[in-house]
Amino acid sequence: MNNMNWLPVYPEIFLLIMACVVTLVDLFVKDERRTPTYWLTQASLAVVAALHLNYFNRGETLYGLQGMVVTDPMGHLLGFFAAVAVIVSLVYARPYVQSRDMLKGELFSLSMFSLLGISVMVSANNLLVIFLGLELMTLSLYALVALRRDHPVATEAAMKYFVLGALASGFLLYGMSMMYGATGSLSIPKIFDVISSGQPNKGVLVFGLVFLVSGLAFKLGVVPFHMWVPDVYEGAPTAITLLIGGAPKLAAFAITMRLLVDGMMGLAVDWQQMLLVLSVGSMLVGNLAAIAQTNLKRMLAYSTIAQMGFMLLGLASGVANGNTLSAANAYSSSMFYVITYVLTTLGTFGMIMVLSRKGHEAEEITDLAGLAKRSPWLAGVMAIFMLSLAGVPPTAGFNAKLSVLQALVTTGVEFYIVVAVLAVLLSLVGAYYYLRVIKVMFFDEATDQAPIAAPLDLRAVMSINGAAVLVLGIFPGGLMAMCAQAIVKALAT
Amino acid sequence: MGLLSLAIWLPIACGALLLALGRDEQAKAVRWLALLAALASFLITLPLITGFDVSTAAMQFSENMAWIDRFNARYHLGVDGISVWFVLLTSLITVIVVVAGWESVTKRVNQYMGAFLILSGLMVGVFAALDGLLFYMFFEATLIPMYIIIGVWGGPKRVYAAFKFFLYTLAGSLLMLVALIYLYFQSGGSFDILTWHQLPLGAHAQTLLFFAFFAAFSVKVPMWPVHTWLPDAHVEAPTGGSVVLAAIMLKLGAYGFLRFSMPIAPDASREWAWFIIALSLTAVIYIGLVALVQKDMKKLVAYSSVAHMGFVTLGFFIFGELGMSGGLVQMISHGFVSAAMFLCIGVLYDRMHSREIASYGGVVNTMPKFAAFAMLFTMANAGLPATAGFVGEWMVILGSVQTNFWLGAGAATALILGASYSLWMYKRVYFGAVTNDAVRQLQDLSAREFLIMTVLAVAVIWMGVYPKPFTDVMHTSVTELLKHVAVSKLN
Repeated sequence: MNNMNWLPVYPEIFLLIMACVVTLVDLFVKDERRTPTYWLTQASLAVVAALHLNYFNRGETLYGLQGMVVTDPMGHLLGFFAAVAVIVSLVYARPYVQSRDMLKGELFSLSMFSLLGISVMVSANNLLVIFLGLELMTLSLYALVALRRDHPVATEAAMKYFVLGALASGFLLYGMSMMYGATGSLSIPKIFDVISSGQPNKGVLVFGLVFLVSGLAFKLGVVPFHMWVPDVYEGAPTAITLLIGGAPKLAAFAITMRLLVDGMMGLAVDWQQMLLVLSVGSMLVGNLAAIAQTNLKRMLAYSTIAQMGFMLLGLASGVANGNTLSAANAYSSSMFYVITYVLTTLGTFGMIMVLSRKGHEAEEITDLAGLAKRSPWLAGVMAIFMLSLAGVPPTAGFNAKLSVLQALVTTGVEFYIVVAVLAVLLSLVGAYYYLRVIKVMFFDEATDQAPIAAPLDLRAVMSINGAAVLVLGIFPGGLMAMCAQAIVKALAT
Repeated sequence: MGLLSLAIWLPIACGALLLALGRDEQAKAVRWLALLAALASFLITLPLITGFDVSTAAMQFSENMAWIDRFNARYHLGVDGISVWFVLLTSLITVIVVVAGWESVTKRVNQYMGAFLILSGLMVGVFAALDGLLFYMFFEATLIPMYIIIGVWGGPKRVYAAFKFFLYTLAGSLLMLVALIYLYFQSGGSFDILTWHQLPLGAHAQTLLFFAFFAAFSVKVPMWPVHTWLPDAHVEAPTGGSVVLAAIMLKLGAYGFLRFSMPIAPDASREWAWFIIALSLTAVIYIGLVALVQKDMKKLVAYSSVAHMGFVTLGFFIFGELGMSGGLVQMISHGFVSAAMFLCIGVLYDRMHSREIASYGGVVNTMPKFAAFAMLFTMANAGLPATAGFVGEWMVILGSVQTNFWLGAGAATALILGASYSLWMYKRVYFGAVTNDAVRQLQDLSAREFLIMTVLAVAVIWMGVYPKPFTDVMHTSVTELLKHVAVSKLN
């Protein structure tokens, strides 16, 4: 473990080099549409995705940089989907940012740096590395939100995101310092060993844990640390909302796994309770607040809060009856949940950009009115996304909810079954506002008759995105098996 | 690919194709394609009944393939004497619906036809699924096309009705989902319904499971007091939607009782039978009275559907051969009769754009052929002997009398109430002098309408006069199920 093994970080090194190259190359690009920069970025991201997939397929667990990073299937699977998410986001974003004078080299280099941050986080094996990755990602995202600097709403969102994000980072860092104080190490496996030995002061540990969980909750955007989510989602340019709401969720899941499961499994009983409270609160607040929204982006933001709450249920049910028999099952269900959630979110925010055009943001729910007439195809795809978020079969979202519920019920603990019923009832509330979007698209008359000017590649990717959500609804087995394999490997070490 | 798979996926594939490729300008081609697809799907299901072995209660035409490994969920299909008729009924009703919407639907024809074809495949899937997860997927997925059908082609309050329909049903079925997962856990990781049938369960678990299933199926049937979505949905849905809703979707709930509640939780089913019987009798009598005072024809038939479905659940939960077969026969006959009743209302509505009973009167003078058909179907709805409506009700009443005389007496009032509301409506709409000009100008049935009316009339009379083929197919499966339910699962 203590050697300088560079092999595990090849994807990150490549990404770093290419991010710098893209930044430099863009200086020489005169093209208004930034075609060379765009394609260079996409090609590099595709290579990164391929590298991650390749590492995932090898299925090994390796340590690199003297134990600072770990490369295991879980990290690489999440890294792969994060890269895919950024690729898809950029495809959706390109016409949108172009018509808003945001198509600059910074967009590409910053999104690559944020992906680099995510890549670092998913393979971090040390508290400081986690923090470094997190800061790299969030600082890039703050800058991205502020990219449209003459736009007051976006600037406000950037400020809000920055201040609250910095606060959350502070929480996390404080929690980490407590952990360090209690265990004498920043290395996650070491922390695990020390906690298992039972030597450290439980009071200090739990005190630090509270801060760690709060910091994570900020990043995941769950109640009561959710206040930034609706404002930032609404205020940021939609292209950037997509970058915030997509890949970073995977990273947040990854560091939750690394910190709580890999590092502090010994305190599972404590953090599971915290996660359960966060989870139920999020489902409650998210679902109820989403009903009242008229702005689609805000509604989706509240729905995100609820979805993340649902996802946490899986993480909160790993240790039951004092054993970890069902842990792999529970955590892999959460992983499946978060991946399918990101796939669906990409589509929903992408659709907002498809319907927007110069001088018109299609971000009110009523802007979707009559979409079934204007473009039956896009309306159908959007309906799939909404049904998936609502958890109606045969869509990916149903299988995600099913697997989390299954993780809860198969613990056999009556309390968890009650929580499962509660989650189910709250997702019924959720169904209402997702259905309302379908209602607006299919039942209402169009108010906006302008033709939809989405380029062909965007339509194609959108269709593939919709098809993926549908196919994962009917044949979820493959991705579920991948998640299970990844989690089993992550727990084995 | 087996017959059942074809019966499920052919209409879905054709429907998806129509959705993806159909344009509004090609309405004519779309209609013919839809008809072709519906007919083909119907023909596919015919061998299911001709090749059905009535001597066994085992699942026939089975298909069993791996599906989702992680949950050990399998693509497991099969039909027995209980479900096979409903597969046939579904595909037949789909043909009728496609023909019935031929002229009256002019807006987004490809989506209309596509939605009905997909719905048809999904409903066949519900009846054929032998895997709990597969069943749930189909059961839930049927909500989507129906939601769209009500919301797009429905009446003025269609949005409210569509939401109510979706959320009511979803609320029930989500609880069932938890029950399914619990069974998966208890059976050591299996979603196989037939394995669940044999699974020993404690009294407490059975009661909880029973009520979770009850939540899903009672909403779907619908039983009093969770029936209130049905009148709204029926009134607002387009004719085709009402037909499918009444003829098939309600049966999904009743079928669920036989496939899940009873065999999986037999002890709880017997213990709580009084509860179901009480609700059923309430539906039969109280809802019968409610139907009597309706001013809207569709609402009247909707309430009469609730009352008729009350008969079905009553028949099931007296745990006798007569009652259970009677309930099943009633389900099939109600499939024909309610479909016909809604089509009749559709015929009138297409011409007059009113469903108010008061806007009619003397229709028999201007539409004699139609009035004759309507008379037959109304009589069947009232349960006149020699029509389909009589057989099932008669069997259920006989079964009830065997159990308890007063139960039978209560059930029998349905015949009186049914006759009252059906015939009174008929009198007000069809008989008497022509009251207004709109009625005076009515045109009698077109050839297309005549054709579908004839098909349904033949079915109604055939079932009424010679129900043996129907009961023969059910017999073995029903006795087997009763034997199974009689054995306690407690240990």
